[in-house]
Amino acid sequence: MLDRFDPAVDPTFPAVDPARLAAALGAVIPADRLILTPEGMRPYETDALAAYRSLPGAVVLPADAAEVRAALKVARELGVPLVPRGAGTGLSGGALPYPRGILMSFGKLNRILAIDPAARTARVQPGVRNLAISEAAAPFGLFYAPDPSSQLACSIGGNVAENAGGVHCLKYGLTVHNLLSVTLETIEGETLAIGGGEALDTPGFDLLALITGSEGLLGVVTEITVRLTPLPADVRTLLAAFPHTHGAARAVADIIAAGIIPAGLEMMDGLALRAAETYAHAGYPLDAEAILICECDGEPADADDEVARIADLCRAAGASLVRRAADGAERQRLWAGRKGAFPAMGRYAPDYYCMDGTIPRRRLPEVLDGIAALAREHGLAVANVFHAGDGNLHPLILYDASAPGELSRSEKLGGAILELCVGAGGTITGEHGVGREKLNQMCVQFSPAELETFAALKAAFDPAGLLNPGKTIPTLPRCAEYGGMHVHRGASPHGDLPRF
Amino acid sequence: MATCPASELAPPGEGADETAALADRVRRAADARRPLRIIGGDTKAWLGRPVEGEPLALSAHHGIVSHDPSELVLTARAGTPLAEIEAQLSAHGQMLGFEPPRFGAASTIGGVVASGLSGQRRPFVGAVRDFVLGVAILDGRGRRLRFGGTVFKNVAGFDGFRLMAGAMGLLGVILEVSLRVVPRPRAESALAFEMDSESARLWVADKLRGPTPISGAVHDGARLRLRLSGGEAAMRAAGAALGGEAAPLDFWESLRDAPHPASTPDAPLWRLCLPRRAPPPDIGDLVAWDWAGAQRWVVSDLSAEAVWRAAAEAGGHATRIHAPAAADEVFQPLPPAMLALHQRLKAALDPARVLNPGRMYREL
Repeated sequence: MLDRFDPAVDPTFPAVDPARLAAALGAVIPADRLILTPEGMRPYETDALAAYRSLPGAVVLPADAAEVRAALKVARELGVPLVPRGAGTGLSGGALPYPRGILMSFGKLNRILAIDPAARTARVQPGVRNLAISEAAAPFGLFYAPDPSSQLACSIGGNVAENAGGVHCLKYGLTVHNLLSVTLETIEGETLAIGGGEALDTPGFDLLALITGSEGLLGVVTEITVRLTPLPADVRTLLAAFPHTHGAARAVADIIAAGIIPAGLEMMDGLALRAAETYAHAGYPLDAEAILICECDGEPADADDEVARIADLCRAAGASLVRRAADGAERQRLWAGRKGAFPAMGRYAPDYYCMDGTIPRRRLPEVLDGIAALAREHGLAVANVFHAGDGNLHPLILYDASAPGELSRSEKLGGAILELCVGAGGTITGEHGVGREKLNQMCVQFSPAELETFAALKAAFDPAGLLNPGKTIPTLPRCAEYGGMHVHRGASPHGDLPRF
Repeated sequence: MATCPASELAPPGEGADETAALADRVRRAADARRPLRIIGGDTKAWLGRPVEGEPLALSAHHGIVSHDPSELVLTARAGTPLAEIEAQLSAHGQMLGFEPPRFGAASTIGGVVASGLSGQRRPFVGAVRDFVLGVAILDGRGRRLRFGGTVFKNVAGFDGFRLMAGAMGLLGVILEVSLRVVPRPRAESALAFEMDSESARLWVADKLRGPTPISGAVHDGARLRLRLSGGEAAMRAAGAALGGEAAPLDFWESLRDAPHPASTPDAPLWRLCLPRRAPPPDIGDLVAWDWAGAQRWVVSDLSAEAVWRAAAEAGGHATRIHAPAAADEVFQPLPPAMLALHQRLKAALDPARVLNPGRMYREL
């Protein structure tokens, strides 16, 4: 299990006397926002990748940037690792505490500082929930576009750390496309203004791009300015059902090739849609092997025109049913099924493991077949729910953690699926991040020289390697130990699977 | 609108892969600590500080590697002419969303990405970096590294690929780029308004508060020019709401080909990036603005320090387009901690400091 930090292949730090750490933090963080007892720290031992658990040495909840700087200073002076944590909704173990290290939660830095409707910006603290920004902007006819499925709970700081995506990023972009600036506190004690803000471009290197998605390895963000988007005039939603996943995959490619960029283009396979239908009564046809949910927005006549063209393309690709949501209520139901697909899996298995690879769209059919073959090989069921327009797959591996060996079998299957994605010209993570979970697969996607370069970029910000160690960028010893089991980039580790 | 079946892969164009020779040049330069001046089409030599170094020409390393219209991705070697890429995309009803300025027929895609200069759509759809999906580079040791890939959603490792956009070659020799491309808009139209520069800027800022198909907003010193892109209904609605008079669309194409303001050699010209609603800093004469007012061209006789100070006070920064003397700084100076970080990042990728040293800042 990757939640055990392994001194042979993970970064290590000299032990620090817990009493000394407690005293140093106690001098700068008030007692009501400093947690030192195991019971008190228990809620922080895991993020949404709940299979991975580890207790930190202390949890701090800074209430302002000065306290953030003070805690970073303690970490630097004592040589103690520090792990930043947003809302803890991450799926890759990125906020898994480093044993006996400091866990910094941003739960108290949760204020919206300003909404500027004329500039179409929001200035917020990192602990603000994603959806809260859109709610605050709605009275001005604006919203914050990136909408990860955890948007009710996830924090904007976590979104910046992970470069979060969502259902609508095909049209509106990822977090990185919707950020204007951040204030970064470094472990070296510097406060850096990063990004051009309303001035758009910035002199020097594009550090905003580098910071976004850096998973807490380069610094800690204390303030964020995001771009707000005008709410579209109207929205249309279409459901298309197919007797085979290949037909749905073809429709996806045909829609994009026809020059249409829908606001959302989601796919669910038979297993997933049947579970979701039972759970949410969304109106999905139970005999289908795949459905597409497609959303177009804009001026009503333009959105009508787009969904009509998409409907034609779906029929030409073999859709057995194409239905436009008649009203807002039906639209809500169609989406409720999609958004409830993950919890709906509880009908089939007590636990599921959500993967997150991205592949070129045209390789969807073969990769879906490949995933099915791997699932059979590992004796586990896999349901597929994904952002088809982006080629971003979320295979859900169904397992029972209480059955001996199933968790480790599901981890092995997950790793094999990610390597299949890399072999198809894709990536091991589209939006969930590498975190702790996909460290080993990084050795498959990147060469030693590339990993060395990532490590050098980190060292430029954090020379002692104290920020979120053992995450995101594997050490070369880890790859040497793990990499021997794999064929490296360019060659698929599953050469026996059919290729188109 | 041209459409293609999903299975149709555009055949790779004519081209040549010079990676091995280029890597060898960089390795030898690093060993000897002899700086290299990286050259694509050499159309943007006016941007940045002069580099003392042996020329490293990328033009022989060219060719479109792949373009799959249904993937919205094009991959090309750095020396590929921008014109070749735009012709390929145009044949499939697609375009580069960031609409880079051309600065002449020799302009290459490597130079487009390295300079990070975006065109008129920048405030509406994004900058060069927003469309870079992946790069292959040679680092300062001559090692070929690949960051990112060919898919839109990709968060594995740091965004080394977006970092290359606008880095002016200081962090690596770009060998190959994969770009997200976009379908051409269903409809486009252009409008012109008799409006002075200041009123126009504030009027446009107000229009941008709601949904609008505006894809270009320029004041040329005399008139406000707007371009609209999108669906037909959106165009009709916006046209009715905005007013103005119909204008030829080719004005927008000609903007991309126009000789750069820098080609008027005598005027001390500056490019200011400011919040679009920021009042004009009192430093000289405004020539024109673009990006709905976020990019302004100003002629100023003030000292560089005074211009930089004024730009910073207005919430942005300034770039000198004409360097009166080779020793002068060109880009807005960075605060000391930021400059030191830039130096460490440069050292991480180019420890021998052979790639375009000094092009951006003297210290890099």
